[in-house]
Amino acid sequence: MMFDTKTKTAGTASVRDGVGQPRLNEGGRAVGAVSVLSGRGVTLQYKTPDHLVVATYRVDFDVHASDRFVVLGPSGCGKSTLLKAVGGYIAPTEGEIRLKGELVRKPGPDRIMVFQEFDQLLPWKSVRENVTFALTESGRASGKAADERAMHYIEKVKLTKFANSYPHMLSGGMKQRVAIARAMAMEPEILLMDEPFAALDALTRRRMQEELLQLWDDTRFTMMFVTHSIEEAVMLSSRILLLSPHPGRVRAEFNSNGKDEIEPLTGQKLSVAINGLLFADQPEIEGDDHD
Amino acid sequence: MTDTAARRPAYIREVIDAGNYGTVEKPLTIWERAYRIEALRKAVLLVILAGAWQAYALHLNNSLLFPTFTETIQALWTNITTLGLLEKVWMSISVLARGYLIGLFLAATLTVLAMNTRIGRDLLEILTSMFNPLPAIALLPLALLWFGLGNQSLIFVLIHSVLWPVALNTHAGFLAVSNTLRMVGRNYGLSSLRLVMKILIPAALPSILAGLKIGWAFAWRTLIAAELVFGASSGSGGLGWFVFERKNDLDIPGVFAGLLTVILIGLFVEYVIFRRLEQRTVVRWGMQQ
Repeated sequence: MMFDTKTKTAGTASVRDGVGQPRLNEGGRAVGAVSVLSGRGVTLQYKTPDHLVVATYRVDFDVHASDRFVVLGPSGCGKSTLLKAVGGYIAPTEGEIRLKGELVRKPGPDRIMVFQEFDQLLPWKSVRENVTFALTESGRASGKAADERAMHYIEKVKLTKFANSYPHMLSGGMKQRVAIARAMAMEPEILLMDEPFAALDALTRRRMQEELLQLWDDTRFTMMFVTHSIEEAVMLSSRILLLSPHPGRVRAEFNSNGKDEIEPLTGQKLSVAINGLLFADQPEIEGDDHD
Repeated sequence: MTDTAARRPAYIREVIDAGNYGTVEKPLTIWERAYRIEALRKAVLLVILAGAWQAYALHLNNSLLFPTFTETIQALWTNITTLGLLEKVWMSISVLARGYLIGLFLAATLTVLAMNTRIGRDLLEILTSMFNPLPAIALLPLALLWFGLGNQSLIFVLIHSVLWPVALNTHAGFLAVSNTLRMVGRNYGLSSLRLVMKILIPAALPSILAGLKIGWAFAWRTLIAAELVFGASSGSGGLGWFVFERKNDLDIPGVFAGLLTVILIGLFVEYVIFRRLEQRTVVRWGMQQ
């Protein structure tokens, strides 16, 4: 069989990299109140005009405070659908998703999504107005406080000079930085990132990944990041949830420190281990960085 | 099988100094700069068209069939000063504005309904496909029967001519708004009516403006035609009635003056009102060139 029903675990000792607070592990599950977001037996389905597609099947996961939780898998593993379910756009047909113990029922400003598409900014608002709009409409802040908070986060993504520009004047990378600033300004419980760098060129993507890590070092936000790139997952994550395709099922969870070191459970470099698991499941896996 | 002959040596070099290229920036000549101004280009075209009109009319030399540009301008001036042309223009525009605004309001109601309920959407689609092809002027005899010889009849046909194209365009614009933007709106806690106001309307503004323009043109045409065909609907009558009267008096320069007024108002609305609206919104936001 391709899928073990038993979960192998690399001991109970935490292997979190030097940055996050040590995780209290017990067979990979959290003890205590550090879990911000949890999914239990999440099955997701969506309808195309002719089919009912099962996107994920009984997926479990826990995202802890300040985790850089990356959901990794080939196309068709339902990772984006899973993120949309966390965002509250899709209701699970089975299982449940809880944010700080509260059942997720609909979209809300406690989970802010950053999309892959560049058109997520409102074209009729300047960079600054895009951020303040989010703050005021959601009731997070208003008036001068909203503007100050917006400018603070715009500065964090190094776009102060472009605060009064409209989105159509910005490059793709800058637009994504605005989207990240807008999401961070909301100071949500969790940031949901749906392959936000996938539509960028390789050089810009690289820089954006480094900047995202710097931002994380600054504010230690909790994020759930979806990608199909092993390299990106290894670099950005503190924890990786590996999904197998058609439908998406949990294959493994790894700890990571961004340096692609030897993974204790497999004895291989993390990226090699992931590659092995994905190739074992799916012979014609898509290339790493092709979009 | 290494192909040594085709291998070229690699190199690294200092970049050449681009400062020696001479002029990097030079001012445009006055003609080049003038040509870049759209208003100026179009004004020149208008002058050329007026010149062609004048030349043809002089060549024809028959002011009963085709008065010259200068005769028309003279007639326009005398009609404004002595026959109260401006009052008639005002009559037409005030009726038009009432019909237009009521039409817009109804279109907005219909489309908001259509965005929020499935049955509302079906209703809008059925109604627009039924009534959009129906010429407003064809409804005028009925309207006169129902509402009598008055402004109500005109306003009724005006609403009909505005409502459907505006509703159709707005609805199409709403449907074309990207799913990402809707999801962003919902993420920040916007629901139904606020989502329409804050996300859908601005995002669909290019289509909405196109609908407003089409609605305006349809309304204006309908109004002039209705006045021409059915005469004064109340007391003094409007611009269409004025053209009709001038023709009855065989005052052809006066007829031309009336038509020229229609054209001038059309140019004004297009280039001053709508163009300015576009410049301040969709062009500034990069949603339209």
